[in-house]
Amino acid sequence: MGAQLRVYKRRIRSVSATKKITKAMEMIAASRVVKAQRKVAASTPYATELTRAVTAVGTGSNTRHPLTTEAENPARAAVLLLTSDRGLAGAFNSNAIKAAEQLTERLEREGRQVDTYIVGRRGVAHYNFRERKVAESFTGFTDEPSYADAKKVAAPLIEAIEKETADGGVDELHIVYTEFVSMMTQTALDARLLPLRLEEVAEEAVPKGEILPLYDFEPSAEDVLDALLPRYVESRIYNALLQSAASKHAATRRAMKSATDNAGELINTLSRLANAARQAEITQEISEIVGGASALADATAGSDR
Amino acid sequence: MAAELHVELVAADRQVWSGEATLVVARTTSGDIGVMPGHQPLLGVLESGPVTIRTSDGGTVVAAVHGGFVSFADNKLSLLAEIAELSDEIDVQRTERELERAKAEDDAEAQRRADVRLRAATAAR
Repeated sequence: MGAQLRVYKRRIRSVSATKKITKAMEMIAASRVVKAQRKVAASTPYATELTRAVTAVGTGSNTRHPLTTEAENPARAAVLLLTSDRGLAGAFNSNAIKAAEQLTERLEREGRQVDTYIVGRRGVAHYNFRERKVAESFTGFTDEPSYADAKKVAAPLIEAIEKETADGGVDELHIVYTEFVSMMTQTALDARLLPLRLEEVAEEAVPKGEILPLYDFEPSAEDVLDALLPRYVESRIYNALLQSAASKHAATRRAMKSATDNAGELINTLSRLANAARQAEITQEISEIVGGASALADATAGSDR
Repeated sequence: MAAELHVELVAADRQVWSGEATLVVARTTSGDIGVMPGHQPLLGVLESGPVTIRTSDGGTVVAAVHGGFVSFADNKLSLLAEIAELSDEIDVQRTERELERAKAEDDAEAQRRADVRLRAATAAR
């Protein structure tokens, strides 16, 4: 075998090995998307009921609560950025980080100091590399977040928002996550969690034309709201974590699919080149033999003469 | 036909139980309340503890609920809890071991959780 042909063969072998790996990763990601989607669906009843309850207290009573009233001059805001622990997901993480950076810039232009909270090793690495300050970070559960993880993330945020701004508390809480629209579409977006915009929440929870009943609050509207709002934040964060996880798996699936396709294409091109090299080799051999034979024939013919 | 109310028992990550019932007894921060069909709209904060649901076919469902809310309107009762387990999902022996361990480690949170589970499991017997 000629040297050229051997080089091609070796490259084909290595590309097929890579293709096998990316194919396996694609299939794993595909099965995980389904699982993650199921988890999103399973968490929906709790989230809808909770949203309904928040709307009921918010609209049915005249209670004022720090978590629903806007500060007059918001000076500090917290931004929670959800990324993933692992890469190989195309532009998933960079899109989320870009959205967070745009939001941060906007908030800073409006005169707010921004505290950044990050979920996922990728986001942490991005911020650490640029030596930006991170208020708190959480890693290790982005593939399959549980409700306990959401609670862990929510705890310091709720604490920060309940503190006075002068003591290092924040006035607003924003979240940047990747919404799972469909298998093919995931969009990074930012949303303001707190203070609550009751009108928006109400639109989500109550269909048009329906009137919420006048509730009896047990023990009192304030106490119910006090207990309800942290749970609401937790459930929103849980939902965002689940959607980010589903989006990440979908992005991985897509990235791995195009990697597999590219590997297949590369193998095709390389096999063609290898075939051409083999053919060239054969042609060369034949012409060498023919050349050799005719030289021999010429030589014998010469000696005969 | 006896009056019925529709009950949904929902935990943060799943729907635990749903069906028709004639009476639901739960413990709120201001005491035990029983909800029957036609009750006035209600929104309350739940204590950790067992919730008893008398189903319309005469059976009883007991669930351990760890914090949460109860809301009732239009003959629909929703029990929202971060963690909720039906009594027959609870493994009594394992929970007893957990309780022992929690006591030994002085972990008040785990002890309370195990205690609620045990109370729900015994209430169902």
